[in-house]
Amino acid sequence: MATEVLDNIAHESWNDQNVAPLIRFVNVTKKYGDFTAIDNLTLDIYEKEFYALLGPSGCGKTTLLRLLAGFEEPTSGSILIGGEDISHIPPNKRSVNMMFQSYALFPHMNVEKNIGFGLKQEGRSKEEIKQRVDEMLALVQLEEFATRKPHQLSGGQRQRVALARSLAKKPKLLLLDEPLGALDKKLRERTQFELMNLQESLGLTFMIVTHDQEEAMTVSSRIAIMDKGIVKQVDTPAVIYEAPNSRYVSDFIGDVNFIEGIVSSQDNKKVVLKTADGESLILHSETPLDIGAIIWLSIRPEKVKVSKTKPENVNNVLQGKVDDIAYSGNVSTYYVRLANGNTVKAQATNSRRLSAREITWEDDVWLYWTDTAGIALSE
Amino acid sequence: MLWLLIFFLAPFFIVLKISLSDMATSIPPYTPQLDTKLGLLSSIPAYFKALDFENFIWLIEDNLYWKSYLSSLKVATISTLFVLLIGYPMAYALARAPTRWRGVLVLLIILPFWTSFLIRIYSWIGILKTEGFLNYFLMWIGIIDTPLEILNTNIAVYIGIVYSYLPFMILPLYAALEKMDDSLIEAALDLGSTRVTAFWQVTFPLSMPGVIAGCFLVFIPAMGEFVIPDILGGSETLMIGKTLWSEFFNNRDWPVAAAVAVVLLLLLVIPIVLFQRQQEKEHEVVA
Repeated sequence: MATEVLDNIAHESWNDQNVAPLIRFVNVTKKYGDFTAIDNLTLDIYEKEFYALLGPSGCGKTTLLRLLAGFEEPTSGSILIGGEDISHIPPNKRSVNMMFQSYALFPHMNVEKNIGFGLKQEGRSKEEIKQRVDEMLALVQLEEFATRKPHQLSGGQRQRVALARSLAKKPKLLLLDEPLGALDKKLRERTQFELMNLQESLGLTFMIVTHDQEEAMTVSSRIAIMDKGIVKQVDTPAVIYEAPNSRYVSDFIGDVNFIEGIVSSQDNKKVVLKTADGESLILHSETPLDIGAIIWLSIRPEKVKVSKTKPENVNNVLQGKVDDIAYSGNVSTYYVRLANGNTVKAQATNSRRLSAREITWEDDVWLYWTDTAGIALSE
Repeated sequence: MLWLLIFFLAPFFIVLKISLSDMATSIPPYTPQLDTKLGLLSSIPAYFKALDFENFIWLIEDNLYWKSYLSSLKVATISTLFVLLIGYPMAYALARAPTRWRGVLVLLIILPFWTSFLIRIYSWIGILKTEGFLNYFLMWIGIIDTPLEILNTNIAVYIGIVYSYLPFMILPLYAALEKMDDSLIEAALDLGSTRVTAFWQVTFPLSMPGVIAGCFLVFIPAMGEFVIPDILGGSETLMIGKTLWSEFFNNRDWPVAAAVAVVLLLLLVIPIVLFQRQQEKEHEVVA
C-alpha cells in the first residue's frame, strides 16, 4: 500500500538492508514509579534523517528525547548510537546536542559566549572557538548580534542562537524539543524551511519533538506517531497521511471521517462494505480482509465531494443535510448530517467568491467519493 | 521619598549636628543648643559658628578609633566570608529540595527569629564557656583533654556573628537559586560541562545578585555590631560598635560618639554607592 507514495523520495536508508541505523532503541522501557512513560520501545533512526516524534502531550515523546540526550536513563533496554551502547553514559559524554524548548540560553553570557560554550568545555583554543563561533553566527545570520545578551534579542533571534549553540559542536545527532513553539505562525513557517535546508546542507541527523502535526509533516523525512509510550506508526509524512495503520494515527494526523461497516465481499482489491443502514460502499484494500469482519472506512474530508445534485457514475454516495459550514478562507468544511445521525465532513476549495457559494445551511446534499479515496482500517 | 526623609535623612542630620558640637555638662550633654531667647535671626549665625570638625580631627589623632574601624572591618569581612561559605550550600540544598519540603525548610531557617536575639546570644555563653556544652562534648568524645578557651575571645565573636547572620545570607541566596531554570544546567551538561563546571560557569554567576545582597545584609550590620562583641568577646576584642558604646555611655561624650557613627556610615555607604554605580555602568554598556 505504501510503495507508490514512497517512490518519489530519493533516498530512504530505512529501506536499505545494507545501511546500519545511526540510533537504535532496543526494547527500551522508562518508568517513573508506577507510570510507564516509554513502553518496550524499539526503533531505528538512520543517518541524515529528519525524524519527527509526534504525539499528544504525555505520550512519551519528550521522555524519548531526554533518554537520547542523557538526562534520563532507561529502566530497561538499551540505546545505541553508531553501535555503541550509550544508555548509561552521562549527557556531557555524548555526541548528541539538544536545542531546548525554552532555548535555555545562558542569560549572563552574550551570544558569542553562548555559542562557544560547548567548544570551551572541550578545551579548544581561543582561535578555534572564535573561528567556529563566527561560522555559526554566519550560518544563522546573527553576525551583528555577537555581543548582545539573550534578553536583548527577539524571540526569533534567540531561537537562532539556541540552534547555533547546539550545532557548534557538530553533534552526530541534534535533538530539537518543540524548537518553533514560541514563534508566531509566519516566522515558524519560514524557520521550518530554514531548518530543513540546514539539516540537508550540514548533512546532520535531526530529531524533532513536536505536537504540531503540520510542522512534523513539513520538515521530517519520517514521522513516529506516539501514544501512551508506544510508537503507533513510523513512516514518511505522505504514508502517515494517506495510509495510516490505525484509527488513532488517522485521527491524529489531519481531519478524518470514519464510517463503520462489515466486509461483505472482496474481489481482488475491491472491497464492498455494508453499513448498518444497508448502504454499500466500495473501497480498495491491498490486504485481504475477512468477510464479515467489522472495519472502518477512513476518508479525509478533502477527498469527499459535496453536491446539490445527485452525482452519476459514482459507487459511493451518501445523502444528508448541511448542519454547519466552517469557513476558513481558502477552504470550507461542510458538516453533513446523515439520516442515521452521524456527521460526515466534506471539504471544498473556495474557488469562487463566498457570495457565489451555492450550498448553504440546511440544504439537502449528496456526498460522494471515488473507490480509491478511502482506506480500510480494522484497528 | 518621604519615608527616606523621615527615617533616614532627619536622624542623620541630627547625628551630624551633634558630631560637630562640643561636649558639655548639660542636658543634652553638648553645645551649642539653639537659643531663641535673643531672637531667631541673630541666634542662627552664632549657632553655626559654634560648630566645628574638632571631633573628627580627634578621631584621626587618637589611634583607638581607626584601630577599632580596622578591627571591625576585619571581623565583618571574615565573618561574611564564613557566612557565605556555610550559607551557600544550605541555600543550594534548600532550592533543590522537593517543593513540598521547601516551605517547612525556609520556616526552619527563620525560626530562630522567634526567640529574642539577646537571649540567643546569651545562650551561646552556655555553649562556649569553659564548662560549657561544647567543651563538655569535645572532652566526652575524647578530642581534647583540657577545655578550650573560646568564650571572651575573637573566635566567640566570629561564631556569634556567623550564627546570627546566617539567615540573612541564606534567604537572598535561596531566592536567587530557587528561580533558576533547571534547563540551563541541563544545557550546560548537554554541551559537555561536568556537574562541577556547570555550577561554576552557570549556577554561581547567575546567583551573584543573591550573593551580593546576602553579603551586604551580613557585612553592614556586622561592621557596626555591638551586642555580640560585648557579650561574647573579651577585653582584647576591639570593634567600632563597642567603642561607640563606651564613648556614648561611659564617657558621655555624645559629640565624639556621633562623629564615630557618621564616619562609620560614610565608610559603609560610599563603597556601596560606588559599587552600585559600577553595576549600573556595566548594565549600560550592554544595553
